[in-house]
Amino acid sequence: MHELTAGFPASQATSSFTEYLQRSRPELLPGSQALPAGQLPQAPHATTIVALAYPGGVLMAGDRRATMGNIIASRHIEKVFPADSYSVLGIAGTAGLAIDITKLFQVELEHYEKIEGTLLSLDGKANRLGAMIRSNLPMAMQGMAVVPLFAGFDQVAQVGRLFSYDVTGGRYEEQEHHSVGSGSVFARGALKKLWRPNLSESEAVAVAVEALYDAADDDSATGGPDPVRQLWPVVYTVNRAGARRVSERELAEVAGRIASSRTIEGREA
Amino acid sequence: MTQQFYVSPEQLMKDRADFARKGIARGRSVVVISCADGIALVAENPSPSLHKLGEIYDKIAFAAVGKYNEFESLRQAGVRYADVRGYSYDREDVTARGLASVYAQSLGAVFTAEQKPFEVELAVAEVGRDQASDHLYRLTFDGSIADVNGFVAMGGLAEQVSEALEAGWSAELSLAATLRLAVKALAADKETDALPGTAVEAAVLDRNSESARGSRRAFRRLSSDDITQLLEGEA
Repeated sequence: MHELTAGFPASQATSSFTEYLQRSRPELLPGSQALPAGQLPQAPHATTIVALAYPGGVLMAGDRRATMGNIIASRHIEKVFPADSYSVLGIAGTAGLAIDITKLFQVELEHYEKIEGTLLSLDGKANRLGAMIRSNLPMAMQGMAVVPLFAGFDQVAQVGRLFSYDVTGGRYEEQEHHSVGSGSVFARGALKKLWRPNLSESEAVAVAVEALYDAADDDSATGGPDPVRQLWPVVYTVNRAGARRVSERELAEVAGRIASSRTIEGREA
Repeated sequence: MTQQFYVSPEQLMKDRADFARKGIARGRSVVVISCADGIALVAENPSPSLHKLGEIYDKIAFAAVGKYNEFESLRQAGVRYADVRGYSYDREDVTARGLASVYAQSLGAVFTAEQKPFEVELAVAEVGRDQASDHLYRLTFDGSIADVNGFVAMGGLAEQVSEALEAGWSAELSLAATLRLAVKALAADKETDALPGTAVEAAVLDRNSESARGSRRAFRRLSSDDITQLLEGEA
C-alpha cells in the first residue's frame, strides 16, 4: 500500500471515499468504464419503491421483484437499504449498477464518519448521492439508468425528510410521500388516497405495503406479497432512534390483513 | 563542496531510534485491554476532540501515542486501506493482521528512508466472537510488530503501566472493572490512585454489537458521562 507511506498525506487528504477511489483506484467505481458501441444485452431491472413521511420519521418500502424484459429475474431482490444509522435509500433501475452505487454510498457515509469523527448532515448526504447519480449519466445514456429515492431523519430539524432524483443527478425534496420505478404511477395513486398527516408508524407501514400491493396489481414488473414463498416487501423506518428494518412477522401480518380485507370487499379494484 | 562525515549504519539507526523513543516518551500513555465484554481502549487525554483512539472498521480499532499529526495521518490511511479492501472484496476480508502488516511496512519504510522516523507507537485491535479470537498488535516506530495477548500499554511510562496492568488483569474482567483497572494503571506515576473520568478518553469494541446494538460496527466511543458512570459503578 504505497499511499500509506506518509510525507504527502496533506495533499491527499479527503473525507470522501469516492474522491479517494477516483484518484487511486478509479477502476473500482461503478460505471467507470467507457462502453463499446452495440446493443446492451438484457439485465435485471429493479422496480417500485415508495416512501412516506409520518410525524416523527420517514419510511421506505420496496417490492421484491427484478425483471429482465418479460422474465422475472428475481423474486428475492432487496432494493431498500440502510445508508447509515439515520438514513435509508431505495433504488430503481438497472439492478447491477444500482446495488454497486448503494454499496459505494454506504461506504462513502461511513468513511466520512470515521475520518471526520462526525456524521454528515442530511443535506450533505443527499447531495453526495446526487453527485453519484450524475456520475452515472454516461451509463444512463446507454440505457442503464439508476434512479434512487433517499430518506432520512434530520437531527437538527428533528423531522423525517424525503429526496427524489432524476438521472442527471438533480435532487428534489419531496413532501408527504413519493415513489419511483415502473409501478410508481399506481403506487402514487394509492398513496394519495391512503396517506394522512397523522399516521402512526404502524399505520404508515400498512399504507406503504398497500401502495405496493396496488402497484403490483397493475404493473407486471412489481411483485406483490407472496404468501406461498413467505416473501414480503422490505420496509425500513427512520426516526429519532435511527433506521430500523420492519420485521418479517409484522409485514406478514400487515400483508395478510390487506389481502383478507380486499377478499371480503370482493371488488374489482 | 561539503564533505559528508562517515556515519556507520549502526550509529545512524541508533540515532534515529533514540530520536523516536524520546518523542514517544514525552507522550501520555494509552492502554488496550481485552476483557469479557470486548476490547477496552483507554487513553490519558484531556482533549475531548483530538482523539488518540479511533475506529478503523467493523471489528477493528486503532490506538496511538506520539505526535498527533503523524498518527492521525496513519489512522486516516488505515481507514482508507480498510474501506477500499472491504469495498473491493468483502467486509469480512478486512483483518487486523492485514492492517497491522501494512502499518509495519509503512513505519519501516519511513524509519529507514525518510528524513526523520515517525515518533509514534500504534496498537491495532480486533475483537472476535470469544476472547481466544481477539487480536492485539503492537507496532513501534521502526516497523517492528508484536502479536500480544491480553493487554498492551504504550507511551512514556509503558513499563510502569504494564506492570500495574499485569497485577490486576484477568480475562474475566467486565468492561467497568477493566476501565477501573486502566485508569488506575494510567495513574502509575501520579500522586493520585486513579485518573478522573474527565482526563480520560475511552472507547470499546463490543464483542456482541450485533445482538446488543444491532450494528456490525463494534466500535463505541464512551462519553465522559459513560466513563464516570462505569467508574463509579459497583465492582
